[in-house]
Amino acid sequence: MNLDSTDDTRVQLRDSLARYLADHEGLAGLPLWRGLARELGLIGAALPESAGGLGGGFAEHLPILQTLGEAMAAEPYLSSAVIAAGLLQRAHTLQASALLPRLIDGDVLIAWAHDEPGLRDDPAAVATTLQREGAAWRLSGRKRAVQAGPVATHFIATARSAGRAGDAAGLDLVLVAADAPGITRRDLTALDGRAASELNFAQVPVPDEARLCAEGQAHAAITRTLDEAALAVCAEALGVMQRLQRDTIAHARERQQFGVPLASFQVLQHRIADMHIAREQAEALTWAVVDAIHAAPAERALAVSAAKVAVGRALRCVGQGAVQIHGAMGITEELAVGRLFRRATQIELMFGSTAQHLRRITRLQRSSVV
Amino acid sequence: MQFTLSPEEQAFHAEVRHFLDEHLDEGLRLAGRRCSGIFSEFEPGQRWHATLARRGWSVPQWPVAFGGTGWTPMQHYLFASALYAADAPPRAPMGPGMVAPVIMAFGTPEQQQRWLPGIRDGTDYWCQGYSEPQSGSDLASLQCKAVRGVDSAGEHYLLNGSKIWTTHAHHANKMFCLVRTSREGKAQQGISFLCFDFHLSGITVRPIPSISGDHELNQVFFDDVRVPASGLIGEENQGWTIAKYLLQHERGGAWAPMLRARWRRLHRALATAFPGAAADSGEADDLRLQLAEAHCRIDALQALELRTLRAQARGEPPGINPSIGKVLGTELKQHLTELHVQIAGGDALMRPPLDEAEAHALRVTEDGVFAMSSYLNDRAASLYAGTNEVQRNLVAAHLLR
Repeated sequence: MNLDSTDDTRVQLRDSLARYLADHEGLAGLPLWRGLARELGLIGAALPESAGGLGGGFAEHLPILQTLGEAMAAEPYLSSAVIAAGLLQRAHTLQASALLPRLIDGDVLIAWAHDEPGLRDDPAAVATTLQREGAAWRLSGRKRAVQAGPVATHFIATARSAGRAGDAAGLDLVLVAADAPGITRRDLTALDGRAASELNFAQVPVPDEARLCAEGQAHAAITRTLDEAALAVCAEALGVMQRLQRDTIAHARERQQFGVPLASFQVLQHRIADMHIAREQAEALTWAVVDAIHAAPAERALAVSAAKVAVGRALRCVGQGAVQIHGAMGITEELAVGRLFRRATQIELMFGSTAQHLRRITRLQRSSVV
Repeated sequence: MQFTLSPEEQAFHAEVRHFLDEHLDEGLRLAGRRCSGIFSEFEPGQRWHATLARRGWSVPQWPVAFGGTGWTPMQHYLFASALYAADAPPRAPMGPGMVAPVIMAFGTPEQQQRWLPGIRDGTDYWCQGYSEPQSGSDLASLQCKAVRGVDSAGEHYLLNGSKIWTTHAHHANKMFCLVRTSREGKAQQGISFLCFDFHLSGITVRPIPSISGDHELNQVFFDDVRVPASGLIGEENQGWTIAKYLLQHERGGAWAPMLRARWRRLHRALATAFPGAAADSGEADDLRLQLAEAHCRIDALQALELRTLRAQARGEPPGINPSIGKVLGTELKQHLTELHVQIAGGDALMRPPLDEAEAHALRVTEDGVFAMSSYLNDRAASLYAGTNEVQRNLVAAHLLR
């Protein structure tokens, strides 16, 4: 069982990554991706040995993302090494098998193009279409907030090839090169200050072998991917919150008002205690559910949703508390706390908001014996 | 949250459940279900303790040398979960969970021999003398006076003063007590820890009925009570260190097994309260959402508790974890009682004794009465064992030290 973060090899991995990030402050996008791949050999830490990885399994992503989260550098690892690599591993197509080693080497960087205008948390509502054209396909539709989009060599997109919005059947996953004809990309700054892309697919040609699942049967794979991604951002959030808490405690000790440190005021002490308690719970639960990622869908969903809810609550408590205790400086661009708070807020909404995960839990609990 | 259990753990879990099937009779289960306070009524609690003692499971958390089980943290967790899931009456912790760890850590071999067997087999029932009318959160200000002297019966402490909020003092035959033995130096330096027979002459007990209508609490008065000096634990004036050690144990332990069982009860109560088409009402939907949120909080606390237990098993000190657990466990318990009252709705407004609720043609649901009774009783949860404000002070002091 992967029960916590104290395992020796994980501590080592985390230390070397933290050192690398400290030595290369502000590194992002492609340079960061290549650095993780070629200098640290980290992209494959969780990925299968057959593809040139270290075979650590999904749990290995957690300490990596936690550390990346502290440095606000989760992308492109999250999109490419967790989400895309997870899909490639399970695709069992020739193209996927050929691409995975190149991803581990840092040659290839794949972004996840799933979210769409109007799409909430039900992947069956995806409106992007995949239309058959002879032996091949055409991909059409709009994708939004594609993390790591600006630096991606490929996209994995969700689309519908049959049935109606809301049907579980008829969904597909396809891999397209970023420079394929018919793709329009607009890069924007996202909430966390990193670049992300809006994409338009206009009749993008997709060869049959670029489908990652059997025709129209991608729903289960998409759902699993969204759960993996949700748990992965939970791990990132732990790093974000660690740094928020550390900075807040340092500030409360140093900052003097009324001739005494802020830390001497009980009302702030209690707020800091509650931030710590929320963060500790989020951390414990994120680690506790990591094995459930391999469980049956309902059990996996219940475990991941509970973690995402606990992390969402903690992000709000720690994030808002950190900004408040920093005073007006907390709402400026000058301190890390403001940027961390924006990333915290972004994570709250990514891969299902707290409200959406709570709803999912009620659906699961209504339909099963608990 | 589901556990991934090893085959040994599965076998253990089955063994515990088998034992419960055999030995936890309907009367005991009923007492468990009707327990709206912290722990069970005296008689069923004692009967259940004795039953567990015969199986060697009355004090599982103790070291093996003193009659404990040597279980892994997961076994303890499974054991507690199985008991709560089966509605076993929750047992009073004052003996097994509070004074016993103190006797093991600070007592002489003679004291261990004198008191531990009675706690293990349940022949002794202890009460706790900590708070005083003028000493609540500021416990170190306590004034209950013990003066050392000698007479024909030997060395003793002459005890005068009062203790309050003494749960089940009216059932106890033993007491552990913090007393003032010196007024020199800081308040903390003049405190001693005494254990004694509760039937000594000069002790009187005044019941304090609580807002739930139950009698659990008491005030205890000492009027020239002669406590044999052999009841002193550790050194004279070393009591504060011992008191804090005990509080770590009082606050420690796992809340999630109990909370999980209570959550399931609420989940069933919701289905009963909103039958048929009512299940699709907006109110039922809101309540289900609140239950889902409580479920997530229990998962989080459970994960934290298991992590703490494993750290403890590795020999790491508990640190600030008991305070964190106490805050989370009690506030979540209180939250569940609030939810239970909301689910019960108007059924929670009448207040007959639990066992009479349904015994009439004009019946009142027992579950509704129970919900309100727990809500009222559990207001105590954020007060006992050090208020949650004090716990937050401790957590902050740990972080900001």
